[in-house]
Amino acid sequence: MNIAQIIVNVTGITLIALIVWYFWLYRKEGVQVTEVGGVQQVQIKVKGGYDPDVIVVKRGKPVRLLFNRQEAAMCSEMVIFDKIDQSAKLPEGETVAVEFTPDQKGEIPFQCQMGMLRGKVVVA
Amino acid sequence: MVKDPICGMEIEPEAAAARRSHMGHTFYFCSTQCADTFDADPHKYAHPVMDGNGTKSAIASAPTAVESSCCQSTDSVAAEEPVDEETAAHEREYKSLMRKFWFAAAISIPVMLVAYPELPWLYLPNLFVGEASETLIQTLFILSAIVTLPVMAYSGRQFFTGGWAAFKHHSADMNTLIALGTSAAWIYSTVALIIPSIFPEGTATPFYDVTAVVIALVVLGQALEVRAKGQTSQAIRKLIDLQAKTARVLRDGREVEIPVEEVLVGDVVVVRPGDKIPVDGEIIDGRSAIDESMVTGESMPIDKAIGDEVIGATVNTTGSFKFKATKVGKDTALAQIVKMVQDAMDSKAPIARLVDQVSHYFVPTVMIISILTFLAWYNFGPSQALAFAVVTAVTVLIIACPCAVGMAVPMSLVAGVGKGAEHGVLIRNGEALQTASKLDVVVLDKTGTITKGKPELTDTVPASGFAAATLLHFAASADHLSEHPLAQAIVTGAQDQGIEVGEPDEFDAVPGHGVEAVVDGRQVLVGNIKLMRRYQVETSRLEADVKRLQSEGKTAMYVAVDGHAVGVVAVADTIKEDSVQAIQVMQELGLEVIMLTGDNERTAKAIARQVGIERVLAEVLPEDKAKEVHMLKQDGRKVGMVGDGINDAPALVEADVGFAIGTGTDVAIEAADITLMSGSLKGVAYAIEISRATMRNAKQSLAGAFGYNSLGIPIAAGILFPFFGILLSPILAGAAMAASSITVVSNANRLRFFKAKSFTETAEVTA
Repeated sequence: MNIAQIIVNVTGITLIALIVWYFWLYRKEGVQVTEVGGVQQVQIKVKGGYDPDVIVVKRGKPVRLLFNRQEAAMCSEMVIFDKIDQSAKLPEGETVAVEFTPDQKGEIPFQCQMGMLRGKVVVA
Repeated sequence: MVKDPICGMEIEPEAAAARRSHMGHTFYFCSTQCADTFDADPHKYAHPVMDGNGTKSAIASAPTAVESSCCQSTDSVAAEEPVDEETAAHEREYKSLMRKFWFAAAISIPVMLVAYPELPWLYLPNLFVGEASETLIQTLFILSAIVTLPVMAYSGRQFFTGGWAAFKHHSADMNTLIALGTSAAWIYSTVALIIPSIFPEGTATPFYDVTAVVIALVVLGQALEVRAKGQTSQAIRKLIDLQAKTARVLRDGREVEIPVEEVLVGDVVVVRPGDKIPVDGEIIDGRSAIDESMVTGESMPIDKAIGDEVIGATVNTTGSFKFKATKVGKDTALAQIVKMVQDAMDSKAPIARLVDQVSHYFVPTVMIISILTFLAWYNFGPSQALAFAVVTAVTVLIIACPCAVGMAVPMSLVAGVGKGAEHGVLIRNGEALQTASKLDVVVLDKTGTITKGKPELTDTVPASGFAAATLLHFAASADHLSEHPLAQAIVTGAQDQGIEVGEPDEFDAVPGHGVEAVVDGRQVLVGNIKLMRRYQVETSRLEADVKRLQSEGKTAMYVAVDGHAVGVVAVADTIKEDSVQAIQVMQELGLEVIMLTGDNERTAKAIARQVGIERVLAEVLPEDKAKEVHMLKQDGRKVGMVGDGINDAPALVEADVGFAIGTGTDVAIEAADITLMSGSLKGVAYAIEISRATMRNAKQSLAGAFGYNSLGIPIAAGILFPFFGILLSPILAGAAMAASSITVVSNANRLRFFKAKSFTETAEVTA
């Protein structure tokens, strides 16, 4: 094995390790919400993902998630909260509110219809 | 013109600076400041519109009954509008993708020609330039490098922006794979072109064609997918098209025609013959027969008068009336049906949750496989290992199709739920659909489900020497003033047969016995044996008939005129016309059909015999119905329970799948997993058939998508090369990837042509 081969192989293996870490092991930090008139409200930009995608809220208080889809790709056309049986269509460029009141601690995941884009509401 | 709810300014919707959807209403704003004010407390400003149901909170208290206030087509006042927008958005997306495709395709052709310099066309110029062909090829490659840049930047833009956006979210999708694949091909080609010396001998071959052609193919695939997706949700469109566009209301004493979205709760709506009823309400003046077939499945028009409810989207026949709007916008029965169908389409079947877990790991895994492929070829490949390594790694990235996997179940679900809705079968969600496909027992409530739920005159048996018509005339006239349902059945039955029913001169109801009356100056008794004994009427010659009728599950009543028994009339809860056929279809589907009733064993058995049911659970108290269902479940069986909604509710909930039969009212819709808008049991058979077909379809697509990926990726990696010398071209991989996602959508579209055993053409209910 010459130097070039060693470099190529080491780079390849490093890349694999980076992929595993970046896509699977990395833990995202949650975004705290602001309270507007007693409602925990946050703007979520939908473009190739949900931004922010981890939202920390308090239990027992209404939550309003304002989704704004800024792309035409059909993947993100829909946001689904399977756990609480809610879903919403997200027309491009329009702000769509999803509201609920979490009554127990835990996580409420949301995702696009195919599960490629994901986010979650962490109820603390 | 619409009104900005904040400042009250009148604005054109198109010219609005912002728009918001709240509680099913769309609001337009003159400025972003107004929109911001609205965002702070939408409910406060939306309130005037909500007056009609002021108790309704903007925010539901528990996740089980969460209120979605988004602007989905479904809960909007103008349910029509967002769906049109959605269709328009899909059309725009399709056109934009097609433009991108044509651009990429136009550039792909010359780039392809250049990519194969060994082919004859490149030698043509040699005739003119002689020895310069080496330079010419070099120049053509440089040109290829330049022209493929706009293909990436324009046609393939969404792959890069989408892939990057996903990457920022620590996720990866199809865009990531295509972006990586095509850009890796371009970068490798360019480096090979500029500094060929860094590559081992013979590996410095550019392949710009991969970049251009793959982008063209995948974009074409996406365009076709957008097209096909639009078709799967046509069912919703059909439902929404039922809605009236305008309403004629009284405002300030004048009749004005306004868009249906502007009708408020409390408005008085004027309906003329042939009009479509715009919203739900209660008749306050006039009367008419109303065709409700589109909502309830009932084919005969129903007579309605003051105080009766009318349902939006149903059609008035010949009368005129005024009604007060009680439900508008998303609260109407139609809007709720649309919302339910839409929600079901957007829900997850349990099988899809599993797939979601897979898709989370899918794309990064493909990236890892691609790197491993590269290393394997690089280390162990034949001569020109580097070129092979790059091509195979790129091919792996391109052939993998996460979309096909992710789309399989949702696409079939949308098509299946839509198909159900077309036949008046409302499936609550993907879970209900999946469970319905696995049912092996169907428990049917008797009264109101198998039978019509109200007694009808079935037999008229005159004693010898007495005419049937005369018998019926006496019996019906005597019963005319009675409010007892059995008496009413005799009166209606006689009238239906065209027999004159008169007013009795005297009338006396004897509770628990029957009636005594004077008709045409003669004493008439209609009632049971106790009544006959009381008046000492001799009945022995009719007893055999009575026994026979009772054994058929009917209620038989003696009729006596002037102290002589003149015949027997029988009344029974009759079977709905198509119950027999529906039950037969269920049995053909391999389901055991069980009848559950609170009625006595004899009546129950009689009905069961007529419809071909063998197992009967009779004399079950209402509160024990759920227990019976529970016991069936404990035998490890998947139980579907069919009932008419209200008294059967606990059993419906207990069952694996609860079917509410009959009305299109909100109560029934709330109670069950599957609601049958028509009163026919055929809906149950149809629901089971369509759910089986849908799950079969989803599994086909899923198996296809997994099969495709698990075969395609190893082949792309070159697994066949050591044995057969076969290596997949990245261009073929691109075509395969585009084809695989189109296949999934097309397979789901096949469901639209699904033909069920339970519905003949004529029996179709327009939903």
